[in-house]
Amino acid sequence: MARVAQWLGTLDAIGKAAGLVLVFFVFAALAAPLITTIDPGLQRDVVHTRFLPPLSTDLHGVFHPLGTDRFGRDVWARLAYGARISLGTGVLAVFLSVIIGVAVGAVAGLWQRRVGILLMGLTDFGLALPRVVLLLLLAALWRPSATLVVLVLGLTGWMTLARLVYGETRALVVRPFVDSAVALGADKRRILWRHVVPNVLGPVVVSAALSLGNTIMLESGLSYLGLGVQPPTPSWGGMIASGRDTLVNAPWVAVAPGIALVLVVLATALIGDALRQHGPGRAAA
Amino acid sequence: MRTALGLDRPLVVQYVTWLSAFLRGDWGSSIATGRPVSAMLGAAWPATALLVVLSLALSYLIGIAIGTLQSRLRRGSDVAISAVTISFYAMPGYWLGLMLVLLFTYRLGWLPAFGAAGVDADFLGPGGRLVDRLRHLALPLITLTLIGAGGIARYVREAMLDVRGLPFVTTARAKGVAESTVRYRHMFRNALIPVVTLLGLSLPALFSGAVFVEGIFAWPGVGRVLIEAVVARDYPVVMAATAVSATLVVLGNLLADQLVSWADPRVRHG
Repeated sequence: MARVAQWLGTLDAIGKAAGLVLVFFVFAALAAPLITTIDPGLQRDVVHTRFLPPLSTDLHGVFHPLGTDRFGRDVWARLAYGARISLGTGVLAVFLSVIIGVAVGAVAGLWQRRVGILLMGLTDFGLALPRVVLLLLLAALWRPSATLVVLVLGLTGWMTLARLVYGETRALVVRPFVDSAVALGADKRRILWRHVVPNVLGPVVVSAALSLGNTIMLESGLSYLGLGVQPPTPSWGGMIASGRDTLVNAPWVAVAPGIALVLVVLATALIGDALRQHGPGRAAA
Repeated sequence: MRTALGLDRPLVVQYVTWLSAFLRGDWGSSIATGRPVSAMLGAAWPATALLVVLSLALSYLIGIAIGTLQSRLRRGSDVAISAVTISFYAMPGYWLGLMLVLLFTYRLGWLPAFGAAGVDADFLGPGGRLVDRLRHLALPLITLTLIGAGGIARYVREAMLDVRGLPFVTTARAKGVAESTVRYRHMFRNALIPVVTLLGLSLPALFSGAVFVEGIFAWPGVGRVLIEAVVARDYPVVMAATAVSATLVVLGNLLADQLVSWADPRVRHG
């Protein structure tokens, strides 16, 4: 905790602003029922409450800070609830790809002969495919759901991490402390858990932070195409898709979730950059 | 029915049958439209190649120009430009596309938003048809290029700042070489090496972006065929479109490797 606080102190103004943006959206996602006054799926006399512009109050006296969509649903409430899906699936998917990436990279780096060649061959094969094409291919195989989104994003995102961990592991195993561990009789499994995994975690955290933004963007892309979390559950990509048809008379329906998306992706990228320059990755690299 | 379609045979046998047919060029026909898959993709890939190649060239030109410019600006303007480039880099392509449609099609009425040719294209002369095609190409191309150029500008800026402090740059300055020569002969050429390497890596990303952008603008390329096939669960088309795009990307990577060895003598002779 103290180290985190110390690291926060090294952030410049841009890093602090990025941190604030992230904290804001995480808070909005966690506290969605508290900061919004209405249910995101609530529809009351659609004819009178639909397409209200931002900052307007409907005839029930309910205030809509970001306006309403074509069913009279509150855009701000949907944005806050949608943050749960976007941030939640993004974080879980990155977590999944970190686990797979570290496992594949570290094992391939330690058992370099047959297993290593096989695993890294698989990794390079995956890297050569365009990720979106792979995503669409996998998403087409099963019924869309939040679980599927996490699995599909996690299973297509681990390759760069595996490459990174593989490189780090190969650099680690020739270091004297690993030699000493071998001389003391440690087998490869012990070296994997006690020496390799703790030492690669720094760069892995940085790389994971940098890929989080991209993962969130891809999740929204899947929702946009209707292959992600299904309506009526609000998700940012789905909101943009539904705003596409009303772009002319109610642009705010598509604009608001897009801006939220850009802010989150930007903030994670900036935090990732800051981590790369001052964070744990620096010490280990 | 199951016997007729061979679905009762073991999975491995079904797979080998499919693979051998696929490699011999028999890609089957679409479940949704009944058209042969090879004809659908054969019609689609030139549109994708046109979009991707043009956007790649434009984003590199613009990105390199902005990145080198930034490396010599004062801190204030540098930060301002960085804010713009990173914002574009962080935008989802389909959303940026929508915003451009909102601006250029609905608000200004300058450019068409959908398809690759207007309804009257067949009645235009060759010149008119070219203009029509270019106007339809404009929005998808701008969308992809803005996002690509944002990322490349950031990369070039870092590369230029990295070589700025290296000994050979100091040496060149100490010899009294003119500032512009130092900048372009010594710094720029060396900053370019990682940028050319990026070319191969950015192809899959660009292709991924193109899938969404083609979907938005109804651009008749492989990406749109793929999206429609996925939504319709049209598996023969999905499989073939995946194979085609993977092949395009691998070929692009090969080309990028050749370019790196051209740009960096150490790779060529090392």
